[in-house]
Amino acid sequence: MAALASTESLQLMLQVTGLSMHFPVYKGLMRRQIGEIKAVDDISFHIMRGETLGLVGESGCGKSTAGRALLKLYQPTSGRVELDGTDVTALEGEDLRRIRTDMQMIFQDPQACLNPRMTVGSIIAEPLDEHTRLSRRQKRQKARELLDAVGMNPDYENRYPHEFSGGQRQRIGIARALALEPKFIVCDEPIAALDVSIQAQVVNLLEDLQQQHQLTYLFISHDLSMVRHIADRIAVMYLGKLVELASREQLYQSPQHPYTKALLSAVPEPDPEKEAIRERIILQGDVPSPANPPSGCNFSTRCPIAQEQCMRETPAWRELEGGRYIACHMVQ
Amino acid sequence: MSDESMSNPALATEEMPERRSLWGDVWSQFRTHKGAMVGAVVFVLICLAVVVGPYIHTLDPQRLDILNKNLGPSWAHPMGTDNLGRDTFAQVMAGGRVSLLVGVVAMLLSLFVGTAIGVLAGFFKKLDGPLMRLTDLFLALPLLPLLLVIIMLFRDTLRSMFGPETGIFILIVFVIGITSWMQTARIVRGDVLTLKEQEFVVAARSIGTPSRRIISRHILPNVLSPIMVSATLGIANAIITESALSFLGLGFPSDFPTWGRLLYDGANFMQLTPSRVIWPGLAISLTVLGVNYMGDGLRDALDPRIRGR
Repeated sequence: MAALASTESLQLMLQVTGLSMHFPVYKGLMRRQIGEIKAVDDISFHIMRGETLGLVGESGCGKSTAGRALLKLYQPTSGRVELDGTDVTALEGEDLRRIRTDMQMIFQDPQACLNPRMTVGSIIAEPLDEHTRLSRRQKRQKARELLDAVGMNPDYENRYPHEFSGGQRQRIGIARALALEPKFIVCDEPIAALDVSIQAQVVNLLEDLQQQHQLTYLFISHDLSMVRHIADRIAVMYLGKLVELASREQLYQSPQHPYTKALLSAVPEPDPEKEAIRERIILQGDVPSPANPPSGCNFSTRCPIAQEQCMRETPAWRELEGGRYIACHMVQ
Repeated sequence: MSDESMSNPALATEEMPERRSLWGDVWSQFRTHKGAMVGAVVFVLICLAVVVGPYIHTLDPQRLDILNKNLGPSWAHPMGTDNLGRDTFAQVMAGGRVSLLVGVVAMLLSLFVGTAIGVLAGFFKKLDGPLMRLTDLFLALPLLPLLLVIIMLFRDTLRSMFGPETGIFILIVFVIGITSWMQTARIVRGDVLTLKEQEFVVAARSIGTPSRRIISRHILPNVLSPIMVSATLGIANAIITESALSFLGLGFPSDFPTWGRLLYDGANFMQLTPSRVIWPGLAISLTVLGVNYMGDGLRDALDPRIRGR
C-alpha cells in the first residue's frame, strides 16, 4: 500500500500547456472588437499528484481567471489542460459534465458562494443530485458525513447559510467541493475573506483533507506567508504571465526573478531587529493595463534591472536546474 | 471516512432530526405577519362570498324590476337596486366572479410571460438583445388602439368557437396578459444579470449543473421577491384594465356584470344612489389591498434571511 502510494505520488495530475484566456473588448455603436484583455497569456505548468501548487500575484494579475479557465468555467482562448491524462479543454457537453466530478473549486467569498435560499444540507447534496443515483436518505447521510468531516455539527444541515459565520460558510463550501470525491481542487483565495484566526483553521482543515483523500490543490492566494505554509511549489504571476515557478524552499531562500524578489521583500518580518534592517525593493509606477501590455517583457516597465533587450523581446518560459522555471532575460 | 462515521453515533441515520419542511417554515413565518394574515382573510372572504354568496342570496342579478328601482338598502336588497330595479348585491357577487377570475388568470399569464422572457434574456447573452428589443417594442405600442384592433379582429371568431361569455373571457385575459408583462420582464432580467455572476451560480456550473437546473434551482428562487411584487400589482391592474375595456364597450356584453362595469354604470347615478358606486369600488379596493398584503407576507416568508427573525 505504501509502495503504491509513493509511485502514485510521482504521477502527473495536471499538465497545462500554453493556456491563454483573452477577453474581447467591444466598443461603439456597431460593437466592433477594438482589442482584448489578456487576462491569462500563455502559461504552462504541471502539478503532481498529491501536491499543492501555490499561485501568487497581486490583484488583477489573472490568478482567478487562470483557475477558472483550468476548470473550463471559461472557454480558454488557446492552450491545453490535461487532467490525469484527459484533455479537459476539448471536452463538451456530457463528457465535460462527467469529468467535473474529478475537479472542483473552493471559492473566495463565503458570503456569495452559497445560495441563500437553500439549506446547508441541500447545498452539499447538490453535486450528489447531479452525478449520483443515491436515494434521498443516502444523500442526506452523505451530506451529514461531509459536514462532520469539515468539523461542523451534522444537525446544521437544516439551517440556511446566513445563520453561519464566514469561516463556517467556507467549511460548507469545502464540504460541497468534497462531495464528489474529486482528485483536483482549485482553491480560489479561500482564506482571503476570513479573520486571521479562522484562516489558520481553514488552512489546517485543507491540509488534513489533502492527506486523508490524497487531494491535489492549486492554491490561489495573495498571502505569501500562507502560501509558504501550505504549498509545495509556488508559481508567481504578473500581468497574465507566469514569471517564476520553484519549490517553496528555493523560492523563499533565493528568488531569481526581480518581480519575485520585490514581492518577497514586502513580507513583514516578525523579528523586530531583522525587520529594522529589512530592505524593501520598492517598484516604481503602476501595473500596466492587461488590455495594452508593454512590448517585450511584461515587467520591463517597472523592472529595476531591465535592459534594452527586455523592452524588445518577450522572455521565454525556460527551465533552470533543480526543476525551477523562470521567464527573464537577465537570469542565467 | 465512511467507516468512522458509521461508528459515530451522532451520524446514525436513525437519530437524524426531522428535516424541516420548507412550506412548514414558510407558513409559520407567514402567520407572524399580521398584515398578511388580515389580507389573506379578507381575500378568502371575498372569494367565498363571490362563490357561495349567489346560492344564499338567490336573486337573479339580471332580473329587471322597474317598480323597485333606485331603492336604498333593505332586507330584500342589502345594497339597494339600480335604475332598472336590478339587485346590486347580486350583481356585485356575480361581477366578482368574473373580475377575480380575469384578474388572477391575466396576472398569471403576464407573470409567466414576463418571468420567462426576463430569465431567458438575463441568463442567455445571445437572447438578451432580441428579447429586450421585443420588450421595448411592446412598451412603445399604444395600448388602447392595439386592444381595439385585437378585439375587433378576434371577438367574433372566439365567440363562435367558445360561446359569447367564455370567448370574450379568453380574449380579455389574453389581451391583458400580453400587454402587461413588460415591467416584470425588465425587473427580472436585471436581477438575473446580477445573480448569474454570483459565485454560487459559478459553483453550480463547476459542479456540472446544466443551465436549466441552474435556472430552476438557483436563479428563480432568488428572483421571487420582484415576481411577487409584480404579481400583487398585476391583479389590481388586470381588474382595472378589464373595467376600462368594459367601459369602452369592448369587454363583456353590457348586461353581464363585472366590478368595473358596475362602477362605470353607477357613476352616472352617484348622487341618486351612491351605494351603486361604493360597493363595487370597495370590493375592488379590498381585493387589491388584501392581495398586496398577502404578497408582502409571502415574499418575506419565502426569504430565509427574514424568516429566521
